[in-house]
Amino acid sequence: MSVRVQHEDFDIGAEVKRLTAGRTDIGAVVTFTGVVRGESDGSGIAGMTLEHYPGMTESELASVEAEAAARWPLQASSIIHRVGRLAPGDNIVLVVTASAHRQAAFAAAEFLMDYLKTRAPFWKKEAGPDGGRWVDARESDDDALARWERSASMPTSPSHRVKRAP
Amino acid sequence: MPVKILYFAWVREKTGKAEEMVDLPAGVATVAELITWLKGRGPEYAEAFARAHVIRAAINQTHVQPTASLAGAREIAFFPPVTGG
Repeated sequence: MSVRVQHEDFDIGAEVKRLTAGRTDIGAVVTFTGVVRGESDGSGIAGMTLEHYPGMTESELASVEAEAAARWPLQASSIIHRVGRLAPGDNIVLVVTASAHRQAAFAAAEFLMDYLKTRAPFWKKEAGPDGGRWVDARESDDDALARWERSASMPTSPSHRVKRAP
Repeated sequence: MPVKILYFAWVREKTGKAEEMVDLPAGVATVAELITWLKGRGPEYAEAFARAHVIRAAINQTHVQPTASLAGAREIAFFPPVTGG
Protein backbone atom coordinates (compact mmCIF):
# COMPACT_ATOMS: atom_id res chain seq x y z
CA MET A 1 0.00 0.00 0.00
CA SER A 2 1.52 3.29 -0.99
CA VAL A 3 0.44 6.77 -1.98
CA ARG A 4 2.55 9.42 -3.69
CA VAL A 5 1.83 12.96 -4.86
CA GLN A 6 4.60 14.29 -7.07
CA HIS A 7 5.50 16.70 -9.86
CA GLU A 8 7.64 14.25 -11.82
CA ASP A 9 6.42 11.58 -14.23
CA PHE A 10 6.22 7.92 -13.28
CA ASP A 11 7.38 4.73 -14.99
CA ILE A 12 4.54 2.22 -15.09
CA GLY A 13 6.83 -0.78 -15.52
CA ALA A 14 9.01 0.28 -12.62
CA GLU A 15 5.97 0.80 -10.38
CA VAL A 16 4.61 -2.67 -11.21
CA LYS A 17 8.01 -4.19 -10.44
CA ARG A 18 8.13 -2.33 -7.16
CA LEU A 19 4.89 -4.06 -6.13
CA THR A 20 5.71 -7.54 -7.37
CA ALA A 21 9.44 -7.84 -6.70
CA GLY A 22 10.31 -10.91 -4.66
CA ARG A 23 6.70 -12.06 -4.30
CA THR A 24 5.07 -15.24 -5.55
CA ASP A 25 1.59 -14.73 -4.08
CA ILE A 26 0.48 -12.29 -6.80
CA GLY A 27 -1.37 -13.73 -9.75
CA ALA A 28 -2.82 -10.56 -11.27
CA VAL A 29 -1.70 -6.96 -11.64
CA VAL A 30 -4.00 -4.26 -13.00
CA THR A 31 -2.76 -0.77 -13.85
CA PHE A 32 -4.83 2.27 -14.73
CA THR A 33 -3.16 5.37 -16.15
CA GLY A 34 -4.92 8.70 -16.54
CA VAL A 35 -3.53 10.93 -19.32
CA VAL A 36 -4.05 14.62 -20.19
CA ARG A 37 -6.33 14.95 -23.24
CA GLY A 38 -5.51 17.62 -25.80
CA GLU A 39 -9.09 18.79 -26.03
CA SER A 40 -11.86 19.67 -23.61
CA ASP A 41 -15.52 20.13 -24.57
CA GLY A 42 -14.55 20.40 -28.23
CA SER A 43 -11.77 22.97 -27.92
CA GLY A 44 -8.05 22.40 -27.75
CA ILE A 45 -6.12 22.94 -24.57
CA ALA A 46 -2.44 23.82 -24.25
CA GLY A 47 -2.09 22.01 -20.95
CA MET A 48 -3.29 22.12 -17.38
CA THR A 49 -2.17 22.89 -13.87
CA LEU A 50 -3.10 20.56 -11.03
CA GLU A 51 -3.47 22.07 -7.59
CA HIS A 52 -3.98 20.03 -4.42
CA TYR A 53 -4.35 20.25 -0.65
CA PRO A 54 -1.07 18.96 0.78
CA GLY A 55 -1.70 16.73 3.75
CA MET A 56 -5.37 16.12 3.11
CA THR A 57 -4.61 14.70 -0.33
CA GLU A 58 -2.30 12.06 1.08
CA SER A 59 -4.67 11.15 3.91
CA GLU A 60 -7.68 10.87 1.55
CA LEU A 61 -5.74 8.68 -0.88
CA ALA A 62 -4.52 6.49 1.97
CA SER A 63 -8.05 6.07 3.32
CA VAL A 64 -9.39 5.21 -0.15
CA GLU A 65 -6.63 2.64 -0.47
CA ALA A 66 -7.42 1.19 2.96
CA GLU A 67 -11.09 0.98 1.97
CA ALA A 68 -10.18 -1.00 -1.16
CA ALA A 69 -7.97 -3.32 0.89
CA ALA A 70 -10.87 -3.93 3.27
CA ARG A 71 -13.22 -4.81 0.39
CA TRP A 72 -10.99 -7.01 -1.75
CA PRO A 73 -8.16 -9.45 -1.07
CA LEU A 74 -5.36 -7.26 -2.40
CA GLN A 75 -1.73 -8.28 -2.07
CA ALA A 76 -0.53 -4.78 -2.82
CA SER A 77 -1.63 -1.46 -4.29
CA SER A 78 -0.19 1.87 -5.23
CA ILE A 79 -1.56 5.30 -6.16
CA ILE A 80 0.57 8.01 -7.74
CA HIS A 81 -0.95 11.39 -8.64
CA ARG A 82 0.95 14.19 -10.33
CA VAL A 83 0.55 17.91 -9.58
CA GLY A 84 1.80 21.11 -11.22
CA ARG A 85 2.00 21.89 -14.94
CA LEU A 86 1.08 19.08 -17.32
CA ALA A 87 0.92 19.01 -21.13
CA PRO A 88 -1.43 17.04 -23.39
CA GLY A 89 -0.22 13.44 -23.50
CA ASP A 90 1.36 13.62 -20.04
CA ASN A 91 0.49 11.06 -17.41
CA ILE A 92 -1.69 12.37 -14.54
CA VAL A 93 -2.46 9.42 -12.32
CA LEU A 94 -1.45 5.79 -11.87
CA VAL A 95 -3.33 3.15 -9.91
CA VAL A 96 -1.82 -0.31 -9.55
CA THR A 97 -3.57 -3.19 -7.82
CA ALA A 98 -2.18 -6.67 -7.26
CA SER A 99 -4.10 -9.71 -6.15
CA ALA A 100 -4.03 -13.49 -6.34
CA HIS A 101 -6.78 -13.43 -8.99
CA ARG A 102 -7.84 -10.90 -11.58
CA GLN A 103 -11.36 -10.09 -10.38
CA ALA A 104 -10.22 -8.38 -7.20
CA ALA A 105 -7.45 -6.48 -8.98
CA PHE A 106 -9.81 -5.20 -11.73
CA ALA A 107 -12.59 -4.22 -9.33
CA ALA A 108 -10.28 -2.56 -6.81
CA ALA A 109 -8.54 -0.50 -9.49
CA GLU A 110 -11.88 0.84 -10.72
CA PHE A 111 -13.04 1.50 -7.18
CA LEU A 112 -9.84 3.40 -6.36
CA MET A 113 -10.26 5.65 -9.39
CA ASP A 114 -13.95 6.31 -8.73
CA TYR A 115 -13.23 7.23 -5.12
CA LEU A 116 -10.16 9.26 -5.92
CA LYS A 117 -12.07 11.35 -8.45
CA THR A 118 -14.76 12.38 -5.97
CA ARG A 119 -12.80 12.57 -2.69
CA ALA A 120 -9.14 13.43 -3.23
CA PRO A 121 -8.64 17.23 -3.11
CA PHE A 122 -7.16 17.91 -6.54
CA TRP A 123 -8.29 20.66 -8.91
CA LYS A 124 -7.50 20.99 -12.61
CA LYS A 125 -7.14 24.33 -14.37
CA GLU A 126 -6.97 24.05 -18.14
CA ALA A 127 -4.95 26.47 -20.23
CA GLY A 128 -6.95 27.11 -23.41
CA PRO A 129 -7.15 29.74 -26.15
CA ASP A 130 -9.25 31.98 -23.86
CA GLY A 131 -6.93 31.73 -20.88
CA GLY A 132 -7.32 29.53 -17.82
CA ARG A 133 -10.49 27.65 -16.92
CA TRP A 134 -11.15 25.59 -13.80
CA VAL A 135 -12.54 22.21 -14.75
CA ASP A 136 -16.06 21.54 -13.45
CA ALA A 137 -16.80 18.36 -11.54
CA ARG A 138 -18.81 15.86 -13.54
CA GLU A 139 -22.06 14.37 -12.32
CA SER A 140 -21.02 11.14 -14.01
CA ASP A 141 -18.21 10.86 -11.45
CA ASP A 142 -20.75 10.96 -8.62
CA ASP A 143 -22.79 8.34 -10.46
CA ALA A 144 -19.71 6.16 -10.80
CA LEU A 145 -19.17 6.42 -7.06
CA ALA A 146 -22.79 5.69 -6.21
CA ARG A 147 -22.73 2.25 -7.80
CA TRP A 148 -20.19 1.10 -5.18
CA GLU A 149 -22.71 1.98 -2.52
CA ARG A 150 -25.74 0.23 -3.95
CA SER A 151 -24.06 -2.85 -5.38
CA ALA A 152 -22.17 -5.53 -3.56
CA SER A 153 -18.55 -5.27 -4.60
CA MET A 154 -17.03 -8.32 -6.19
CA PRO A 155 -15.73 -10.74 -5.27
CA THR A 156 -16.00 -10.20 -1.53
CA SER A 157 -18.97 -8.12 -0.54
CA PRO A 158 -18.72 -5.66 2.31
CA SER A 159 -21.34 -5.58 5.02
CA HIS A 160 -20.90 -1.88 5.59
CA ARG A 161 -21.74 1.14 3.51
CA VAL A 162 -19.11 3.61 2.46
CA LYS A 163 -19.52 7.24 3.32
CA ARG A 164 -20.61 9.29 0.36
CA ALA A 165 -18.42 12.21 -0.65
CA PRO A 166 -20.09 15.49 0.31
CA MET B 1 -8.94 30.81 19.50
CA PRO B 2 -7.61 31.58 16.02
CA VAL B 3 -8.13 28.99 13.29
CA LYS B 4 -6.35 28.65 9.99
CA ILE B 5 -8.61 29.00 6.96
CA LEU B 6 -7.39 27.69 3.60
CA TYR B 7 -8.79 28.42 0.14
CA PHE B 8 -8.16 26.38 -2.99
CA ALA B 9 -8.65 26.66 -6.76
CA TRP B 10 -11.15 29.37 -7.79
CA VAL B 11 -12.12 30.04 -4.17
CA ARG B 12 -8.45 30.99 -3.57
CA GLU B 13 -8.36 33.14 -6.70
CA LYS B 14 -11.53 35.01 -5.75
CA THR B 15 -10.61 35.66 -2.13
CA GLY B 16 -7.12 36.60 -3.27
CA LYS B 17 -5.45 34.53 -0.58
CA ALA B 18 -4.40 30.94 -0.04
CA GLU B 19 -4.69 31.01 3.75
CA GLU B 20 -5.25 33.25 6.73
CA MET B 21 -5.62 33.09 10.49
CA VAL B 22 -9.07 34.10 11.72
CA ASP B 23 -10.59 34.61 15.17
CA LEU B 24 -14.04 33.09 14.93
CA PRO B 25 -16.63 35.47 16.32
CA ALA B 26 -19.16 34.32 18.88
CA GLY B 27 -22.24 32.88 17.21
CA VAL B 28 -20.33 31.30 14.33
CA ALA B 29 -20.63 27.62 15.19
CA THR B 30 -21.03 25.76 11.89
CA VAL B 31 -19.47 25.70 8.45
CA ALA B 32 -22.56 27.35 6.94
CA GLU B 33 -22.46 30.12 9.56
CA LEU B 34 -18.77 30.66 8.86
CA ILE B 35 -19.50 31.06 5.15
CA THR B 36 -22.20 33.62 5.90
CA TRP B 37 -19.80 35.53 8.16
CA LEU B 38 -16.97 35.39 5.60
CA LYS B 39 -19.29 36.78 2.90
CA GLY B 40 -19.70 39.91 5.00
CA ARG B 41 -15.96 40.57 5.19
CA GLY B 42 -15.64 42.16 1.77
CA PRO B 43 -16.63 42.03 -1.89
CA GLU B 44 -13.95 39.46 -2.70
CA TYR B 45 -15.40 37.07 -0.10
CA ALA B 46 -18.96 37.79 -1.23
CA GLU B 47 -17.87 36.90 -4.77
CA ALA B 48 -15.94 33.78 -3.73
CA PHE B 49 -18.87 32.42 -1.73
CA ALA B 50 -21.68 33.70 -3.98
CA ARG B 51 -22.46 30.14 -5.08
CA ALA B 52 -22.16 28.75 -1.56
CA HIS B 53 -24.01 25.53 -2.47
CA VAL B 54 -21.18 24.38 -4.76
CA ILE B 55 -18.42 25.06 -2.24
CA ARG B 56 -17.04 22.10 -0.33
CA ALA B 57 -15.45 22.27 3.08
CA ALA B 58 -13.03 20.29 5.18
CA ILE B 59 -12.28 20.56 8.89
CA ASN B 60 -8.88 19.34 10.05
CA GLN B 61 -8.40 17.84 6.57
CA THR B 62 -11.60 15.76 6.60
CA HIS B 63 -14.58 16.38 4.30
CA VAL B 64 -17.57 17.85 6.16
CA GLN B 65 -21.11 19.02 5.42
CA PRO B 66 -22.25 22.67 5.80
CA THR B 67 -24.02 21.73 9.02
CA ALA B 68 -20.78 20.50 10.62
CA SER B 69 -19.76 22.06 13.93
CA LEU B 70 -16.57 24.11 14.09
CA ALA B 71 -15.83 22.86 17.61
CA GLY B 72 -12.28 21.53 17.70
CA ALA B 73 -11.42 22.96 14.28
CA ARG B 74 -7.77 23.97 13.89
CA GLU B 75 -7.81 24.12 10.09
CA ILE B 76 -10.84 24.82 7.89
CA ALA B 77 -10.62 24.62 4.11
CA PHE B 78 -12.98 25.82 1.36
CA PHE B 79 -12.76 24.59 -2.21
CA PRO B 80 -14.78 23.70 -5.33
CA PRO B 81 -15.83 20.10 -6.02
CA VAL B 82 -12.67 18.11 -6.66
CA THR B 83 -11.53 17.31 -10.21
CA GLY B 84 -8.49 15.08 -9.92
CA GLY B 85 -7.82 11.74 -11.60
